[in-house]
Amino acid sequence: MFSQKLAQQSLRRLAVQQPLAMRSSMMGASPVAVALSKNIQTRQVTSNTQDPNEILVQQRLRRPVAPHLSIYRPQIGWIGSSLHRITGVALSGTLYLWATAYLASPALGWHIESASMVAAMGALPFAAKVALKTTLALPFTYHCMNGIRHLMWDLGRGLTNPVIIKTGWTVIGLSVASAVGLALI
Amino acid sequence: MASLRTTSRLFAASRPMFRPAFARTYATVEPTPTVQPKIKTFKVYRWNPDHPSEKPQMQSYELDLNKTGPMMLDALIRIKNELDPTLTFRRSCREGICGSCAMNIDGVNTLACLCRIPTDTKTESRIYPLPHTYVVKDLVPDLTHFYKQYKSIKPYLQRDTHTADGLENRQSPEDRRKLDGLYECILCACCSTSCPSYWWNSEEYLGPAILLQSFRWLIDSRDERTAERKAALDNSMSVYRCHTILNCTRTCPKGLNPGRAIAEIKKMLAV
Repeated sequence: MFSQKLAQQSLRRLAVQQPLAMRSSMMGASPVAVALSKNIQTRQVTSNTQDPNEILVQQRLRRPVAPHLSIYRPQIGWIGSSLHRITGVALSGTLYLWATAYLASPALGWHIESASMVAAMGALPFAAKVALKTTLALPFTYHCMNGIRHLMWDLGRGLTNPVIIKTGWTVIGLSVASAVGLALI
Repeated sequence: MASLRTTSRLFAASRPMFRPAFARTYATVEPTPTVQPKIKTFKVYRWNPDHPSEKPQMQSYELDLNKTGPMMLDALIRIKNELDPTLTFRRSCREGICGSCAMNIDGVNTLACLCRIPTDTKTESRIYPLPHTYVVKDLVPDLTHFYKQYKSIKPYLQRDTHTADGLENRQSPEDRRKLDGLYECILCACCSTSCPSYWWNSEEYLGPAILLQSFRWLIDSRDERTAERKAALDNSMSVYRCHTILNCTRTCPKGLNPGRAIAEIKKMLAV
């Protein structure tokens, strides 16, 4: 039974792999001879001879990156954090620019010393004064108060979801209120 | 149904010929209550690696919520079974313990099996793969790098000594309690792929999920390589790319707190 099956199988393989050899052997030799002959089939398990690691690298080159910033739901946590970064960059950038301009002003003939700045501010209408002061004060108050929140987190406190959300909105409310307060001084 | 109908006809034939016209026949069917269909639109991210040059796109599917299970995974399975068998996503346990069906649903990373379908049919639901991952197909992300990072922290008990009696490594109930809220992590990668720092620095920054696991081994009283583990983390990239954005804590579908774990690691490294 088994030998019969074996002969049948090898015949079938031979027919698939080498039809010409099959035809000649069928004419010349008996099926047993074909089955026991040197027609040992070697077939690769995968059709691909490439290194699997190489295939992975090739696939990665074509794969798209899933959308991220544009599709993530706006939440107080990460929006607040990005505002902290943006206000930090804006505040320090303004400081560096202003300080550099102040140093360079005598050489360039600019008048940005205190007395002329006070005079320029005094000449502005009230609404423009408040608007200008608010835009300068809001990044400062927000960054300060959110900084306190960050210090609290660095101590390992207030790191639960309800507290994170509550303190986030508190910081926004307090910073807007104090910025308007500073602008009205 | 067919067999039922033939038997009823047989019965009808055997009944007397004279019967009142108003009598109920077998042909009458109890009126089914008319339920207003609740059609909701699902927009699903599609990308097929067989056509890599085609851009990823959002495909719309409409389902009647009356005929769909309560969870997002039920909706996805129904889309795959009845509308589009080519839709590809991972799923296994359907009860939030395997972490296979992690994806971005309506803008937030979560497990599809633990996320209820919003019953509001006016707004559509948008389903994306985990953000900033390489997409294998449709909603299936490539997590090879994530698992490599997990392997890199040696997530197993490391001991040089044996207990005196040669039996198990015992732990006090207090020490065991420190592992609560950490050992439950199923490594679904929801937190790591919600973290903007991990989006920009995933090559070197370990990300919230792996750091939570790091902390789990750092505070295990039975582990004897705490100093070695701390030294491996003490560099500018592994931990300190965390800027306490805390998307991780907000999004964890298991209600764990990776943000707190990272804060505790920072404290351990600072001392």
